[in-house]
Amino acid sequence: MVTENKLVVDVHRMTKRFGNRTVVNKIDLQVEEGEIFGFLGPNGSGKTTFIRMLCGLLRADEGNGTCLGHDVIKESEIIKEQVGYMTQKFSFYEDLSIAENLDFVGRIYGVRNRREAVQQSLERLGLKERQQQLAGSLSGGWKQRLALAACLIHQPKLLLLDEPTAGVDPKARRDFWEQIQELAGQGLTFLITTHYMDEAERCNRLAYIAYGNLLIRGAVDEVIAYTHLNSWAVSGPELQKLAHELREQPGVEQAVAFGNSLHVSGSDPRALEEAIAPYREGGYKWKQVPSGLEDAFIHLMDASKDSFPS
Amino acid sequence: MIVKELIQMRRDRMTFAIMFGLPILQMLLFGFVINSDPRHLPTAVLLADNGPEARTLLSGLKNSTYFDFVRLVGTEQEGRSLLTRGEVQFVVNIPQSFSHDLLRGDKPAILLEADATDPIATSGGAGALGNIIHSAFQADFVGPLGFLAPAAESIDIRVHSLYNPEANTAYNIVPGLMGVVLTMTMVMITALAITREYERGTMENLLSMPLRASEVLVGKITPYVIVGYVQVGIILCVSRFLFKVPIHGNLLLLLLAALFFIAANLALGITFSTVARNQLQAMQMAMFVILPSILLSGFMFPFRGMPWWAQILGEILPITHFLRIARGVMLKGIGFADIGRELWPIMLFAGITLIVAVKRYRQTLD
Ligand SMILES: Nc1ncnc2c1ncn2[C@@H]1O[C@H](COP(=O)(O)OP(=O)(O)OP(=O)(O)O)[C@@H](O)[C@H]1O
Ligand SMILES: [Mg+2]
Repeated sequence: MVTENKLVVDVHRMTKRFGNRTVVNKIDLQVEEGEIFGFLGPNGSGKTTFIRMLCGLLRADEGNGTCLGHDVIKESEIIKEQVGYMTQKFSFYEDLSIAENLDFVGRIYGVRNRREAVQQSLERLGLKERQQQLAGSLSGGWKQRLALAACLIHQPKLLLLDEPTAGVDPKARRDFWEQIQELAGQGLTFLITTHYMDEAERCNRLAYIAYGNLLIRGAVDEVIAYTHLNSWAVSGPELQKLAHELREQPGVEQAVAFGNSLHVSGSDPRALEEAIAPYREGGYKWKQVPSGLEDAFIHLMDASKDSFPS
Repeated sequence: MIVKELIQMRRDRMTFAIMFGLPILQMLLFGFVINSDPRHLPTAVLLADNGPEARTLLSGLKNSTYFDFVRLVGTEQEGRSLLTRGEVQFVVNIPQSFSHDLLRGDKPAILLEADATDPIATSGGAGALGNIIHSAFQADFVGPLGFLAPAAESIDIRVHSLYNPEANTAYNIVPGLMGVVLTMTMVMITALAITREYERGTMENLLSMPLRASEVLVGKITPYVIVGYVQVGIILCVSRFLFKVPIHGNLLLLLLAALFFIAANLALGITFSTVARNQLQAMQMAMFVILPSILLSGFMFPFRGMPWWAQILGEILPITHFLRIARGVMLKGIGFADIGRELWPIMLFAGITLIVAVKRYRQTLD
């Protein structure tokens, strides 16, 4: 495709300070058209703040760039018309019914054939029978679904979804991702924040930020490869005690329990092997395993703590 | 629990300030206003007699603190129209043969025409006039002529209460109540309009949509214009059929004035809404206006009885002007030409507050 490399988001050195705290620090980000871009980072790392700057909800203190070809600083009014922003906290009207909320959004964006659009979206949601129900009486997961539907009603070209699946059950999450992938196939671009690793793995590319700094970006395997982590899985008796002891060893960065086994990882392969050598015996079964995304992120987070104390 | 509340109270600086500032301010404001009885009421004089006694009387009027001599009028009509427009509270009518009759002991009559829309303001008029006459002639006829000094009884003071001859206070209060009710509800409802969006977390969504400040504000205001009109309708019906307050003037004119008045209150409320950081603050700001609106507008106390600074504050408030329009149209039957004078301050107020609201409205979350 010719449009494959068209950049939907292309921003440079985006910075936001609250008082003298820098919450987003000189972040560069490029997102291509039709891409599902995952935006990850620990709590308070500045994800929501960054997204708010993209859609004109917060003024950037520094930085420039374009969003859908429009200047993020000066043309936020035009950008708003073509972007769907799903807030982290449910922010539709709890005292309006589902249908009324959708209709309200449709009106504001001046959607053509508004009634049809609302009906279609209700059908897709599977809420046609409950359309008169007040949004406030929906369960958390249903609220999230309603919010997504509302964001899509004006057929935006770019969707900024801030933790869209928080509190959504696994089945609904899968449906949700299927819908996203289908829409991405049609050329929509997604920038999604999430704390779920399985969702991160579904993204075409990822960015990871901590303390407002962009630590890495790339495809899932690139991110994992970048950290040069080596991981072992161990199973055997008294894993809790083992984990405690291992964490004290130099060369071991993480020792995390996964069900009946323990994942041990470190970036220096030799130091790691030396550390686990004493525990080779005594009923423990060791196996080298590929590092996961979560191991990679925790590694990044620990590393960033040293370089950006806050 | 108590500690938590106190901590939260201290965090919210603005609320804290209002909580203690408001009562102090209100006490100072109203303590002074309430204690004063009406004085310096604007008065016109129709002087048909040129004799020395009539002159004496005129200068007595000029010197008095109760009446404030505004001007001489040539005809009765002129005096009446000043009363209608509310420019004067009284017209003193000194008849042609006043001096002559007085010296002959014929008990001449002085006609005191009073705008009795506010009965409290005019109730003291006759007594005050008697005192003035007495002291004026006392000074004039000194020495050997002292025995000639006419006593107050030698002049017949006739009071003619216009517009509300029975001094029915309901006539005065009911049109005023319309202003007060509108101010209370309109300011209060809209003061909450935007802070509510913030508190429910819906503002983030609203701001992420392509809406201009003016669209949001107009959208917030417009529905309440209808609410305001419904209120006006109810009050008018009640006042007409329950309190039997007459409507002498043109009802449409009153409704037109009400439109601007409602708009001014809504604009004020929405301005508070853009300034306040939470609903409590918005409510307190609304109270900040509602109390003066009741006390300084001429609703509770005669406007002209207030100290000058309170009158200036009152003149700023839209309700003061609306009150004059409502009383004027309902009780005096004034026309469009006469309400213009009171209408433009309301419009000006609405315009300025709306501009402030648009300027203060934040398009971003920071
Ligand atoms: N309006 C504000 N004023 C001051 N500080 C703020 C404001 N909004 C956010 N912050 C701070 O900015 C930092 C980043 O917040 P942000 O909401 O962007 O984090 P996040 O990555 O979205 O976190 P989470 O995963 O918990 O949603 C936080 O430390 C927060 O305290
Ligand atoms: Mg967030």
